[in-house]
Amino acid sequence: MADVMDRIDEHVKNNPVIIFMKGTPQLPQCGFSSRAAEMLKSCGKEFAYFNVIADMEVFQNLPRYADWPTFPQLYVKGELVGGHDIMLEMHEKGELKKLVDEATG
Amino acid sequence: MQQTITSKLEQALSPEHLEVINESHMHNVPEGSESHFKVVIVSDEFKGKMPVARHRLVNKALEQELKGAIHALALHTLTMEEWFEKGKAPESPPCEGGGKN
Repeated sequence: MADVMDRIDEHVKNNPVIIFMKGTPQLPQCGFSSRAAEMLKSCGKEFAYFNVIADMEVFQNLPRYADWPTFPQLYVKGELVGGHDIMLEMHEKGELKKLVDEATG
Repeated sequence: MQQTITSKLEQALSPEHLEVINESHMHNVPEGSESHFKVVIVSDEFKGKMPVARHRLVNKALEQELKGAIHALALHTLTMEEWFEKGKAPESPPCEGGGKN
């Protein structure tokens, strides 16, 4: 199996918008992940997701990938945007949709 | 835990305003748990920094706790200017027991 950091990196690099979350957008397993996925859905564009609960290795190692200790984590164009609270801040200002629009162009 | 978070953040970021709220009761954890927290922190250390950088400052200060006891940390990081813009006045001082007379 490829190194977990390489695997994470692949997901981040191969998807313009990806959220690492607990559960799935359809069946989230954490309030913060749930609301983060809802915000992304409301942007109206397709996005990728990775369920960290279904992959213990990613769950344990993602925090050191981008030096970010909590879930969910949103990456756009290979860069960490932030977690739920930063997404909410951006969402309220209309910046989240703009960012997603630009990335999925 | 609440006290630890408060003192570590005070030390690291000299906040103008700091709220550390235990929100564990809102989650599926045993009564009296100290696992889910919300932090509202106002500090000029955040000036000119993007949200990710601000959160990293807080995460760094609470590194040990985040590896262990803290399960969730909701973070609201503001500068003094943003704090006033948001229209939230500073909290009123407590009564301190004086009567009308």
